[in-house]
Amino acid sequence: MSDRVLLATFEHEDDLLAATEAVRRKGWRILDAFTPYAVHGLDRAMGLKPSRLTWVCFICGMTGALGMLWFEHWTASITWPIDVGGKPWNSLPSDVPVAFEAAVLLAGFGSVFALFGVSRLWPGKKPKVVYPRVTDDRFVLVIDEADAAFDVPSAERFLQEFNVVETAEHTSEEGHYS
Amino acid sequence: MSELNDAHRSPLVTGDKTLGDVTRDICAPMDARPSGLWWAAFFVSFVALLVGAAAVWYQIATGIGTWGLNKTIGWGFDITNFVFWVGIGHAGTLISAVLFLFRQKWRTAVNRSAEAMTLFAVMCAGIFPLIHMGRTWLAYWMVPYPNTRGSLWVNFKSPLLWDVFAISTYLAISAVFWYVGLIPDLATIRDRSQPGWRKRITSILSLGWDGSARTWHRYETVYMLLAGLATPLVFSVHTIVSMDFATSVIPGWHTTIFPPYFVAGAIFSGLAMVITLMIIARKTMHLEDYVTMKHIERMSLLMLSMGCIVGLAYGTEFFMAAYSGNPYEQFVFKNRALGPMSWAYWTMVTCNVLVPQLLWIKKVRTTLPLVFVIVILVNVGMWFERFVIIVTSLHRDFLPSSWAHYVPTTIEIATFVGSFGLFFTCFLLFCRIAPAIAIAEVKGAAHLKKHASTTTPVEEQAA
Repeated sequence: MSDRVLLATFEHEDDLLAATEAVRRKGWRILDAFTPYAVHGLDRAMGLKPSRLTWVCFICGMTGALGMLWFEHWTASITWPIDVGGKPWNSLPSDVPVAFEAAVLLAGFGSVFALFGVSRLWPGKKPKVVYPRVTDDRFVLVIDEADAAFDVPSAERFLQEFNVVETAEHTSEEGHYS
Repeated sequence: MSELNDAHRSPLVTGDKTLGDVTRDICAPMDARPSGLWWAAFFVSFVALLVGAAAVWYQIATGIGTWGLNKTIGWGFDITNFVFWVGIGHAGTLISAVLFLFRQKWRTAVNRSAEAMTLFAVMCAGIFPLIHMGRTWLAYWMVPYPNTRGSLWVNFKSPLLWDVFAISTYLAISAVFWYVGLIPDLATIRDRSQPGWRKRITSILSLGWDGSARTWHRYETVYMLLAGLATPLVFSVHTIVSMDFATSVIPGWHTTIFPPYFVAGAIFSGLAMVITLMIIARKTMHLEDYVTMKHIERMSLLMLSMGCIVGLAYGTEFFMAAYSGNPYEQFVFKNRALGPMSWAYWTMVTCNVLVPQLLWIKKVRTTLPLVFVIVILVNVGMWFERFVIIVTSLHRDFLPSSWAHYVPTTIEIATFVGSFGLFFTCFLLFCRIAPAIAIAEVKGAAHLKKHASTTTPVEEQAA
């Protein structure tokens, strides 16, 4: 099954932001936007929910810290307790630095790999470049045309208010843009 | 919003650039053939690297008896250089993570190369303890893995082991932070390259990045998380490095001021190295519009404040020695300032505390040659700081009969030179093969002028 989408290209982030907000207010569905850099406020304009990756980070960090604390305790006071300078076998303070490093390592790698997973990024993936200059100096808004009331010429006229420089229609696979 | 900012702030990027100009300017050094200056610098660095590699080969094959260490002075050039390089790395993280959290947008011009510097500096640092272990080929014994010796586990109570975890985590997280920051720029390079090896490599490494706002949204979250993780990490790393000393009972090392003192010193030396590299890079790669005098000035001010903290720490150490009533502690500090190695101590004080005070003068910190001289002196001074801490605390210990002197051997000096070779070889290659300035971040942070429209407004009127 295929769908038609409208690609509107802008030259400036302010135009993209204003157009995004206006399009949303009109009730058209925004599938995605493509920008050369992280445009601040675009997530709010598009109505994106805060990312849940922070939870991945938190859980990985806790796993790292608790796992390493347990491991240090297990090696130093259960499987082979060794007297080091008369310190108690299970001295918690000396376990903290390594547990902290393990937390940071796991939290960092965990959130980055989660990002790659959720955003479907992998080495050698063929990028879908909606517009050739989108990683350079153009901003593209992808609007769903699925709505029966959607009328392309009037939408183009509407977008002119926001200094759209180019519009194009694409056919996309279902779910391709979302 | 952005108009308001424009009116109140001097621009981060000068010269009326458009977004396309930013891409072109930053990628220009990658497209152009390397200049004669680059080849000269690369040749010198590579020769230094080869000298170092030969020295490392020789000392591993022969043993660390090739060093000038003796029974009294067990740590010398090796640990001095280790702490020196780790410290240099820290400014990279400070600029990329701490300044990010504080929303200091000017960092975008320097963060990419500062992060690269971190990575290379930590690599250089790692060489020294690895060799110092003696049997380098058994370095994997530092990793707690199930083994046929019991299993005999590593000693988690030792700061030296904490160091293994801290430095390797730091290297790994810095590499990830750097790579994640590079992904959008790699996609930019991919999309502007002609088919060829560069396009193929960037296609693989950019992971199919397409600039989707949904991905950007998650990316920003992860970048913030990494910055939030790297910030305590950088403090923990040098805190742990300082504990290598502070948890021992050597007068001059056994002090609670060491963690903050080491962290401040690390950031101080790292900033000096960042400024050194940025002054060279902006000149040789013509990035004057991106790394402006404002950037140099702000980094100079940061460096000055760190220098003052370091100066305060030097004074505090002497006060604590006097106040402690401990004769051994008092002797170490008297010996440091007036003993046979006082030349090293006063070099350190001059370079780290006195010379940077010149940066209070605006005229000085906006004159590039002067700033360059000051940062070079700070680099030298901070190397001497580690040398002073390590060697002067050891060379006259509790028993005068075992007092000794330390002179580095040619092998140790060659290894040190080699670490500079490795650092600059990596950095020069980095400047050629990756964008030295974060393209996407500069575009997002600098309020660039609106495009002079070059395309017709709507090319397809009819649907």
